[in-house]
Amino acid sequence: MRAFAALYARLDQSTGTSDKVAALVDYFQAAPADDAAWAVHWLTGGRIKRLVRANDLRQWLIDVSALPDWLIDDTYAHVGDLAETITLLTQRHPTAAQPELSLAGFVAHELLPLAKLPPDAQGAIVQGWWRTFADRERFVVNKLLTGGLRVGVSRLLVVQALARLSGQAGDLISHRLSGDFQPTAQAFQQLVAPGEVAIDADKPYPFFLASPLEQAPESLGPAGDWLAEWKWDGIRAQLIVRDGVRLWSRGEERLDGRFPEIERAAAALPNGHVLDGEILGWEGDAPLPFSRLQKRIGRLKPGARTLAECPVVFMAYDLIEAAGKDLRQQPLRERRERLEGLLDGATLRLSRPVDGADWSGLQIARNNARELGVEGLILKRWNSAYATGRRRGDWWKWKIAPLTIDAVLIYAQAGHGRRSNLYTDYTFALWQGDELVPVAKAYSGLNDEEIAKLDRWIRAHTLERFGPVRSVQAFHVFELAFEGVNRSSRHKSGIAVRFPRILRWRTDKPFHEADRLETLAKLAQ
Amino acid sequence: MRRDDLVILRPEGMYCPRGDFYIDPWRGVDCAVLTHGHADHARSGSVRYHAAESGLGLLQHRLGASAHIVGHGYGETFVLGDARVSLHSAGHILGSSQVRIEVDGEVWVVTGDFKRDADPTCTPFDVVRCDTLITEATFGLPCYRWPAMHEVVDEVLDWWDQCAREHVPAVMFCYALGKAQRLLAELAERVDRTVFLHGAMTPLVERYRDANIRMLPGEPVGDSKRARDFSGELILAPPSAAGSPWMRRFNSASTAFASGWMQIRGNRRRRGYDRGFVVSDHSDWPGLIRTVEESGARRVLATHGSTDSLVRYLNDRGVVAAALKTEFGGDDS
Repeated sequence: MRAFAALYARLDQSTGTSDKVAALVDYFQAAPADDAAWAVHWLTGGRIKRLVRANDLRQWLIDVSALPDWLIDDTYAHVGDLAETITLLTQRHPTAAQPELSLAGFVAHELLPLAKLPPDAQGAIVQGWWRTFADRERFVVNKLLTGGLRVGVSRLLVVQALARLSGQAGDLISHRLSGDFQPTAQAFQQLVAPGEVAIDADKPYPFFLASPLEQAPESLGPAGDWLAEWKWDGIRAQLIVRDGVRLWSRGEERLDGRFPEIERAAAALPNGHVLDGEILGWEGDAPLPFSRLQKRIGRLKPGARTLAECPVVFMAYDLIEAAGKDLRQQPLRERRERLEGLLDGATLRLSRPVDGADWSGLQIARNNARELGVEGLILKRWNSAYATGRRRGDWWKWKIAPLTIDAVLIYAQAGHGRRSNLYTDYTFALWQGDELVPVAKAYSGLNDEEIAKLDRWIRAHTLERFGPVRSVQAFHVFELAFEGVNRSSRHKSGIAVRFPRILRWRTDKPFHEADRLETLAKLAQ
Repeated sequence: MRRDDLVILRPEGMYCPRGDFYIDPWRGVDCAVLTHGHADHARSGSVRYHAAESGLGLLQHRLGASAHIVGHGYGETFVLGDARVSLHSAGHILGSSQVRIEVDGEVWVVTGDFKRDADPTCTPFDVVRCDTLITEATFGLPCYRWPAMHEVVDEVLDWWDQCAREHVPAVMFCYALGKAQRLLAELAERVDRTVFLHGAMTPLVERYRDANIRMLPGEPVGDSKRARDFSGELILAPPSAAGSPWMRRFNSASTAFASGWMQIRGNRRRRGYDRGFVVSDHSDWPGLIRTVEESGARRVLATHGSTDSLVRYLNDRGVVAAALKTEFGGDDS
């Protein structure tokens, strides 16, 4: 535990990526394989099933700290992180023996067994940890109890560190790490093993992600070198047919069972094939809005009604493996030719090239994107390999300009982590008659200076407090950008916007001139 | 506020009607009693000031040589109007005071900014019994409980060593008055090396040397040649120097910030410093509660900081408490 807590502190303290990678390499080099496996699990965003209820934790903290509940809540609102709040409000008993446990030993023998205990027994154990672990270890333990360990380390940095440690290529490590990584000593050894290691049939390939196109498309050379496809707004997924069918999302979550239509259609594919594509709600000739598809994501075994309400298709982009052979180094043109012959054209469809003789033709096509229910174009170089992660150069997303509205700030809530005890989570409203109706929450888009300025203003112009939320005087107007608008019965406004973010602070616009709800409603699909 | 309160709020600041004087007024007045030399407490423009003798050098530097300041020893009583006034050590910075006001047997104490932890640059906090306590509440939440100073100094020394190993300058941001001198004094008990100082700090460090405070030797950065390599050196600078052209001299420096706010990870990460050291010249939560208890006050008014939580906590515990809205505060913590 001590070495892992020290790693966490070192990662938390370093701001440069090379420092972080060095810290990881040092840790992985010294740690036993089963500890290292757990470290990989936590640092790449892995979680465990929730062991204790947040409410129980709060009660145990009230007991231990002898502070009133409201003061614990005030402190939590100020600190912005539950694990950190607990750490700051508890203290190691100076005479307590510091437990000398390995990370893997602690997880296996102490942490995971909590799940089977009744809350009282859990409380006694957790309070015991608070008394015995020193600050750093206590913080890590609390982090594990409250969810995961986010410490500004991306998956990519972990991959880089493991690549440096093992002398293997980063892409290979990424592939070994993809899918379900089981935190065992054996899994870690396989991760850093030299040479070929048989890759588990379940594992997806790391996804290749397009980068946003910021320059003019003409700078990419002749349009003929590029495949242009619609940027479909669904769930990016990998369909694996290897002695059975598996479906993985881009977030590397198993989607098996959620989309039986796709699995059924894929069962007809020859063995040893892996397709990259997009799961889309589909009706007739057109995609359904994402909000319809969203309802299916959570349904593990969708019933007949759900299936009928949002039928889905797999819009195939690429063929990554054929007859058990990894095709990623072959040019896209060849992969696509082989892909076309595999698809049934009904549930498994080809994401067709968008016609356009040159860049201006594609520009015209792109202008129709919103009517077609897509987000723009994806450009892929015909001779490109299927790379790993977001690598610039061969795949670009050329999105349409977002929709915008001018909305009034009405509520603010303090953020978390880097934004703790700053009011950074904003709710915006539009006019309906002479009432302001909330339509969107947005967290990003302002720079640090603007955030600090707005934070001061919010504190000075609070009307009411509802727990952590403050209502503020209607005054400031912000231009919000978003990707789409849908009707929604779950929202008071009757409207849900997709990916809202702040484009700019309209200091020039008085709040009574902000947009009206009708304007937004007209944009709804 | 009540009609017979010994201290009330006026647009100019905290005012004692019976003594006809202000405490740390934010506008010019006839008679001001100052608790200490930080800019939000010691403002120029008043006709006559009263302050602790040990802080005179600093105040004269801050307010100008022509300012009329009367110095008083701690515990010495002086009379202003109907009030018997005395100053008592607040342990905040050199020459910082609490103000004790007594009228007709009733006693009020204004703490000014204070801390309970030991500090080699100033005399310790003096507990003064009173009926009503006006306290600061900069860190008025229980997550603020300061680590032992020797542990923090260990961390600072580790960081300095690490910077030396990596051949990069170690730039520590801290407030120019109080914090910088405390760090120099704490470090002087452990090592003997020269520290480099930003120009804004040197005159203030000199005032502390005048008061015979033992600190590490300091050399103004500006005295070094342009091309001087600061690798492995510790440099102290005010937070305003962060991101300024002045920092170009310290290419690839590791940066740190010494402040009570560094107790919270989010604050440190947001400000983008490599390291945060928890060093405060204010009282932490246990110190605030202990001070209220030891003062024996039946009524408490909290000026700046997390006043809401402190007030509610005290009310729950049977102490009559309320917030007093002043213009103190800012980031001098």
